[in-house]
Amino acid sequence: MAHEHKLEIFRGLLKFKSNTSKIWGVLVFLSVVTAIEVALGIAKPTVLTGTNLLGMKLLNWIFIILTLVKAYYIAWDFMHLRDEKSSLRRAIVWTPIFLVAYLVFILLFEADYVYNVYKDGFVKWNF
Amino acid sequence: MDSTVTSASEENVWGGGNRPLGASYGKLMMWFFLVSDALTFSGFLAAYGFSRFKFIETWPIADEVFTHVPFFHGNFPMYYVAFMTFILIMSSVTMVLAVDAGHNNKKTAVIWYMFLTIIGGAIFVGSQAWEWATFIKGDYGAVETNGGRILQFVNAETGDRVALSEFAKTLPDDRTEHERKNGVWYYDEGYLPTYTVNEVIAGLKANDDVVIRTEQIIQEGELKGEKMVLDRAASLEKIKDGALVVEGANLIRNEYGSRLFADFFFFITGFHGFHVFSGVVINIIIFFNVILGTYERRGHYEMVEKVGLYWHFVDLVWVFVFTFFYLV
Repeated sequence: MAHEHKLEIFRGLLKFKSNTSKIWGVLVFLSVVTAIEVALGIAKPTVLTGTNLLGMKLLNWIFIILTLVKAYYIAWDFMHLRDEKSSLRRAIVWTPIFLVAYLVFILLFEADYVYNVYKDGFVKWNF
Repeated sequence: MDSTVTSASEENVWGGGNRPLGASYGKLMMWFFLVSDALTFSGFLAAYGFSRFKFIETWPIADEVFTHVPFFHGNFPMYYVAFMTFILIMSSVTMVLAVDAGHNNKKTAVIWYMFLTIIGGAIFVGSQAWEWATFIKGDYGAVETNGGRILQFVNAETGDRVALSEFAKTLPDDRTEHERKNGVWYYDEGYLPTYTVNEVIAGLKANDDVVIRTEQIIQEGELKGEKMVLDRAASLEKIKDGALVVEGANLIRNEYGSRLFADFFFFITGFHGFHVFSGVVINIIIFFNVILGTYERRGHYEMVEKVGLYWHFVDLVWVFVFTFFYLV
């Protein structure tokens, strides 16, 4: 068990004196990100909902990116992956990322195709 | 074998006892489980995305479905889920603090932090149960058409949702209940909605300010992203397709819109809630082990760390469920 902790977050921008204070710092950060998400979700600014990027609203991209940011800090600081060996960290992180990205890519493309079949096809569904 | 040259360093590499990943067996196995469990959850969420992209123009808007906060009346989209998220993150923090205290062999601190973690988990599971109950009960009621589409009712001027009870008429009903004594083949009567389709139709005809809102999401123009509201004449025409009155949600149909929406809601949040529940149970077991001094005698608190990994994972999954179910 590695007892030494790496006490820097944001690539060394913020250094903590002890592991406990780092945990509280990460909590503050995660709460702020969640608050931003909820505020955006309630306000739904038209600038963000109106713009489309790669087939999805800009607002949704922001939500997904903020989620990944949160996931990073939960895994790195709460699950202390930051203190593990890089080989373990990579095995844990990249395996699911690769598989999930692959699955999501395939399923969403297929779903969009099915959507078009329903839309342009000869099946009446709204009756 | 006598030609083999053995140096000290080679003996270290091949002689066994290496720990290339620098983690104990138990911790590695916990990570194995978590990675596979993460793939399971990803599968569910990807399937949700599949169904949603398939019905991208008719999918329910989560903000309009989850609007309740316990003990308060009114329209509060997402506040309660945000609260649940915060509770779970908070209990994750107390868990890390417990692990940290374990590293320093502070037994009392571990006990207290584990206790707080369990309380947080219990609040979360309770909130989820409440969320389910509210979702199942429903609030406005809707009519389902022959084609399985959901028709909701709104006020023509304000655009606010109108509950069935606010406009449906009560018609004299000559329906007679089938009783056990009258039948050779008998089933108990299932649940009946409060109103019949005819009562809703009569109510719609009688109230000039009630119109129908369809599942269709407007794709362009000023009202982009909102559900399509029919005018009065179109509403009266559309209601002729009505086949069933739907109140609340179950696995077959729900008043919020697409049937798959409720199915995925029950399945994904249910599976996650089950994880939280088992996490709480495991935490309680470890909590008592700490009190009994099991880990003190063992000399290390690695068990707390392993359970902590599972607990953080549950939090991690919730972050994704929150995004894809409530925000996006």
